[in-house]
Amino acid sequence: MSGQSTYVPKNALAKWFEARLPIGGLMHSSFIAYPTPRNLNYMWTFGGILSFMLGAQILTGIVLAMHYTPESSLAFNSVEHIMRDVNGGWLLRYLHLNGASLFFAAAYIHTARGLYYGSYKSPREVLWLLGIIILLLMMATAFMGYVLPWGQMSFWGATVITNLFSAIPIVGDTIVTYLWGGYAVGNPTLNRFYSLHYLLPFVIAGVVALHVWALHVAGQNNPTGIDVKSSKDTVPFTPYATVKDALGLVVFLLVYCWFVFYEPNILGDADNYIQANPLKTPPHIVPEWYFLPFYAILRSMPDIFFIPAKLAGVMAMFGAILMLALVPWLDTSRVRSARFRPLYRPFFWVLILVCIGLGYIGAKEVTPGRIVVGQILTAYYYVHFLVILPLLGLIETPNDMPNSISESVLGGNATAVPAGAHAAPERKG
Amino acid sequence: MATGAVTAQGAGTQESVDQGKRDFLYIATAAFGAVGAVAAIAPFINQLAPDEETIAAGAPIEVDLAPIAEGQIMHVVWRSKPIFVRHLTQKEVEESKSADWHEMIDPAPEQARVKDGHDQWLVVIGICTHLGCIPLDKEGPYGGWKCPCHGSLYDPLGRVRHGPAPANLAVPPYAFLSDTKIRVG
Repeated sequence: MSGQSTYVPKNALAKWFEARLPIGGLMHSSFIAYPTPRNLNYMWTFGGILSFMLGAQILTGIVLAMHYTPESSLAFNSVEHIMRDVNGGWLLRYLHLNGASLFFAAAYIHTARGLYYGSYKSPREVLWLLGIIILLLMMATAFMGYVLPWGQMSFWGATVITNLFSAIPIVGDTIVTYLWGGYAVGNPTLNRFYSLHYLLPFVIAGVVALHVWALHVAGQNNPTGIDVKSSKDTVPFTPYATVKDALGLVVFLLVYCWFVFYEPNILGDADNYIQANPLKTPPHIVPEWYFLPFYAILRSMPDIFFIPAKLAGVMAMFGAILMLALVPWLDTSRVRSARFRPLYRPFFWVLILVCIGLGYIGAKEVTPGRIVVGQILTAYYYVHFLVILPLLGLIETPNDMPNSISESVLGGNATAVPAGAHAAPERKG
Repeated sequence: MATGAVTAQGAGTQESVDQGKRDFLYIATAAFGAVGAVAAIAPFINQLAPDEETIAAGAPIEVDLAPIAEGQIMHVVWRSKPIFVRHLTQKEVEESKSADWHEMIDPAPEQARVKDGHDQWLVVIGICTHLGCIPLDKEGPYGGWKCPCHGSLYDPLGRVRHGPAPANLAVPPYAFLSDTKIRVG
């Protein structure tokens, strides 16, 4: 993928600067001249949407930090102060808390896009792993941010999640005490979470830079999963991708604004408007929606041989993300896109339904019946990655594939395959 | 705006483009986006202004003058600022009236510094008009105030007599509720 700079500075000052720091050329080759596959669909606009959301969260977060007090006896009231007294504070806070949900929604769609079109396959494994790291950092950031308003859900969410680490044999309790900075979740915990909640988004931004770098080395995948073979397969990033990304972003922002202005609390829990009470756990405690599938997995695990249920649950929950990280090596198919994989395609959608099902189980109170359903769905989740994915690549016969991206878009008009290019190298003999 | 059909080759196919219509769409989109950007930025600027709690805490205060003996200066706080309430001596009042105010840095007659019929009461914001330090009571050759930061000198009526301060100590809005009570703000 050629990203060579064709940038020519227009005036003397720009020339002088470019000779000393060629950032103009970097921007030009990365976001203007950069060749993108001509067949990208709207699923490919979520990278831009996610970048925007990271920026929006940092911006609204910095402003909220100007009015928030990270002290356990003042934090709850300072959030109410933001809602009632600060000019536009209600708007900025609703933007921030709904922004977290929309950020995760976009991240999950972005990840599912990668799973569907095989974006994790060679040569994009490092790109994929960086994405998983970003997802983990997002989870840590969102969790710590949720603690800051110091409501009942904040406090008990913090208690439950930090107690996950107590499942670790021998050193677990010590780790938890060090996380808390006390004998229970309290003011020291709130202070360190506030500090880290401010720090991590900038770490995310750094990993995003690596993610984009890795993307621009390997080049974008596309709905056919076929490599770019000639310049006929690509169009310049600007205006084609920029305009498409902008439209996708505007539609996404409409949804975001609908939540902010019409249903700002629908994704939250009413109990978090009750100040934290270290002596009383709310009757029904659930995490935010974006953690529900993981929460269901955590609750589903029974004792497994010598592993107690508590440790098994924690391992299964973190393992669920480890599965995503291992996908590049678990998927044995040489065809990237599900478009040409008749067996993988239905299994992909079953996996999506299983994740939604796990989310439903995670949201509901525990009953014996739901535990069984949760266990079945958890088992299937692992079977998908550890059994189905490796086997499919061996038994599946892919559909016929076009010779090139341009052929898939333009039909027979662009059959000219560059000399030497194998007709369908992805097909297994 | 140019009108007429030209040929675009963007997507590798040739098609007729109404350039005038396209220009209109570009400009309309950019204008709409600019309005949206301004609307989005506004709350980020607006949140910097004092919030309702701060404004409520800046309500007027009442000050009882009875405990302030002649020659004393009392410091009270209004809107997080020190307010100097000075009970001037007769001597200070006489000297202030006779001083030639026309040549001062910030010319102001005695009547402009105090309320009618309350010659002995000076109420000023105790913040040096140079760079915001709090001047020291009854320091300096004029017997008014001296700023510890850069040496500005004020007379007993808070008029600057020696720079670098460019203006007299400001008089806050206040009124006499009775002979022994004022409301500041």
